[in-house]
Amino acid sequence: MLDFIARRLIAIIPVLGVVAVFVFLMLRLTPGDPAAVIAGDNATSDQIADIRTKLGLDEPIWTQFAIWIGNVLQGNFGESFFFKKTVAELIAQRVEPTLALAICTLVFAVSISVPIGVMAAYRQGSLIDKAVMGFSVLGFSVPGFVIGYCLIYVFAIELGWLPVQGYVRIGVNFWQFAERMVLPSLTLSVGFVALISRITRASVLEVLNEDYIRTARAKGLSNRVVLMRHALRNAAVPILTVIGLGIAILIGGAVVTESVFGLPGLGRLTVEAVLSRDFPTIQTVILLFSVVYVVINLLIDISYTLFDPRIRY
Amino acid sequence: MSTEPKRPVLEVRNLSVSLPKGADRVHAVEKVSFTVNPGEIVCLVGESGSGKSVIAFTVMGLLAKALKPTSGEILLEGENILTAGEERLRELRCTRMSMIFQEPMTALNPVMTCGDQIDEVLNTHTDLDPAARKAKIIAILARVKLPEPERIYASFPHQLSGGQRQRIMIAMALVLDPVLLIADEPTTALDVTTQAEILKLIAELQEGQGTGVLFITHDFGVVAEIAHRVAVLRWGELVEMGPTEQILSRPVQGYTKMLISSVPSITPVHRGVRRDGTTILRTEKLGKIYTGNAFFQKARVVKAAVDVDLDIRRGETLGIVGESGSGKSTVARCIARLIDPTEGKIFIGDTEIATMSARKLRPHRRRVQIVFQDPYRSMNPRITVGEFIIEGPMNFGLGRQEAMARARNLMETVRLDPNSLDRYPHQFSGGQRQRICIARALAMEPELLIADEAVSALDVSVQKQVLELLDEIRVRLNLAVLFITHDLRVAAQICDYVAVMSKGHVVEYGSAEQVFGSPKADYTKALFAAAPGRHWEFGKFAA
Repeated sequence: MLDFIARRLIAIIPVLGVVAVFVFLMLRLTPGDPAAVIAGDNATSDQIADIRTKLGLDEPIWTQFAIWIGNVLQGNFGESFFFKKTVAELIAQRVEPTLALAICTLVFAVSISVPIGVMAAYRQGSLIDKAVMGFSVLGFSVPGFVIGYCLIYVFAIELGWLPVQGYVRIGVNFWQFAERMVLPSLTLSVGFVALISRITRASVLEVLNEDYIRTARAKGLSNRVVLMRHALRNAAVPILTVIGLGIAILIGGAVVTESVFGLPGLGRLTVEAVLSRDFPTIQTVILLFSVVYVVINLLIDISYTLFDPRIRY
Repeated sequence: MSTEPKRPVLEVRNLSVSLPKGADRVHAVEKVSFTVNPGEIVCLVGESGSGKSVIAFTVMGLLAKALKPTSGEILLEGENILTAGEERLRELRCTRMSMIFQEPMTALNPVMTCGDQIDEVLNTHTDLDPAARKAKIIAILARVKLPEPERIYASFPHQLSGGQRQRIMIAMALVLDPVLLIADEPTTALDVTTQAEILKLIAELQEGQGTGVLFITHDFGVVAEIAHRVAVLRWGELVEMGPTEQILSRPVQGYTKMLISSVPSITPVHRGVRRDGTTILRTEKLGKIYTGNAFFQKARVVKAAVDVDLDIRRGETLGIVGESGSGKSTVARCIARLIDPTEGKIFIGDTEIATMSARKLRPHRRRVQIVFQDPYRSMNPRITVGEFIIEGPMNFGLGRQEAMARARNLMETVRLDPNSLDRYPHQFSGGQRQRICIARALAMEPELLIADEAVSALDVSVQKQVLELLDEIRVRLNLAVLFITHDLRVAAQICDYVAVMSKGHVVEYGSAEQVFGSPKADYTKALFAAAPGRHWEFGKFAA
């Protein structure tokens, strides 16, 4: 087990290396000069050149990379060109809304999709099954911002139950925080629910054909016990895997959802940083997302052992 | 045997179960009637598709939704199960009637401990408190003769052997002393020595409790071993029923006679020792050792085959007999170089191939061909039988026309219609598919044919035909055959020489007559002693 975790953690290093190189090159090779953006519309070319020298942008590209990586390894993520703060500070400020959104979405999505997936599998071919499958096709294909605006229109504007936009910190007022999280997390859940309910259905369907399900029924257990205790737990591993892979959807979706609902989180920070060519911020945010993705998937791999005693690392 | 007029525990009257539309016949089971008395073991015998399992599942109320009982009654101690509601059926399951299944490997939930799985039965059907439940479970685990019941209680199924898992199933089925036990091929997936123990256990337990047992099997050896009465089924209909002795030695119906005559005898046929042909295969200290690689822990070493010395001459059949895990398939796969041996030498003719590089080996691949156990899974379902047969020869440079002509010839050799070469595997039965697999192997014009449990998945009447076919082909083409099997009866009928393997070693090696007639190794003796129905010489009737 420790062996496994150690090996997996070591394997993160090359992954992040590749991400770092890729992000760095992508940004440097796309057109647009951050120095010009920072200097503003009325700047002279001398001023721009000054800024460029100050930022180190006139160095050869590999020197820039070496300097950046060197700093990152020391925990120094640089200073944002645009926000005039250290990137670390910036991220610390912005992390709460995104974290809250991600957690609420996960909780929402799993608590909706797993039960409906199980029901769809149990009643394969029934109306419930068809409805769930139909919904999941819809959930995959409708873009997040459309869902977001629809929800805002119905629940915030027409019914007036929930606020349209904005964010209140959890420490400031919990209820205001909570009511502002409902619509964004619902929006972001839709795609996730579609994905997980489908895989739950498929996974449970497969398990329902297993011999031990027949044994469980031959014991005189009720359908509910057979489904929840015997089928679902055996179906858990593929479901967990997909939840882990779905974290990528969550990250991508956060960018859109935070923009729609005006949440000052990492997703919107990414958008703002990209628009203003704020290299240090973009690089750090992407690296952070990569680390989160890899670590969550490692945790999920480890959690398999809780569900299936046959899995040993 | 108890034949005194007690009320039967199970009465099946005129039972019919319909198949969904589009099946090959209307009824899975048609107008079947029989009874099981307290303390009696009734065997339902039949080949695949005879409806024997359908009857078992109908009694338990566990039929697949597509199958519907259409007429008749099933009385469990007088109560009609066919009219009982789902709730009532659940109450009856495991309390009055229990079932054990064929595959102990998959019949238990892999993510729950064995103790918890038995506990579920007690928790559902009784009001016992946890301590009393645990005590009862420990007691039943001891009764099914599992060692260290406490440890077994806390074990997961994958930590136990197949035989132990079947004991868990039996414990689960019998923990509430049901009046009826349905056993659906409970020993088919087990090794012969384990099978003997499980059969003995079932017989002991049912005798002690006076349980009626409905025992489903395709194996007449098992029938001879355990049954009081036998019912023979074919295509959903009851062909013949009577006391075991009568059915086995004086069957009336032609079908029963044919079935019993098809059971291979455990006495080897006299084929004479030839030892004059050229040696086709010779292995010298062949070994295969698997080593796991771990970072920190000690690497696990599995010796799948150790110091195996075998030889086969042209026109001879060498059988390798052994239980699962004995290494018999490992040896076969090494010889075919499907896996790489780690030690020793393999000579095909004069060519040493054990250490040959993949590139150099390629021309020699043709010389050794293999037929596998499961004809359903060893053919690509998406390509026609013709393509399946000619792919190999064409790979070795034969033109399409010639290859097709060869395939047509071979279809005749294996007694199939040459015009069916453009059909797909699913259009053939299991026995036909195995013939096609043999034709595929022969298309390569091999010198050595390996049959790895090639008849184990087949019904006994089909098995007999395929065995005869293999032997005929061996004689006609003067082939060397390596025959891997766990079935002693089959080995006795087809092998000139037999090697008995256990735990990777060849423990006995000699002519079939010598090994079967006067086994020397203790392991061989134990193996023969465990063969079901070994005291029974199945008669050869003119059908």
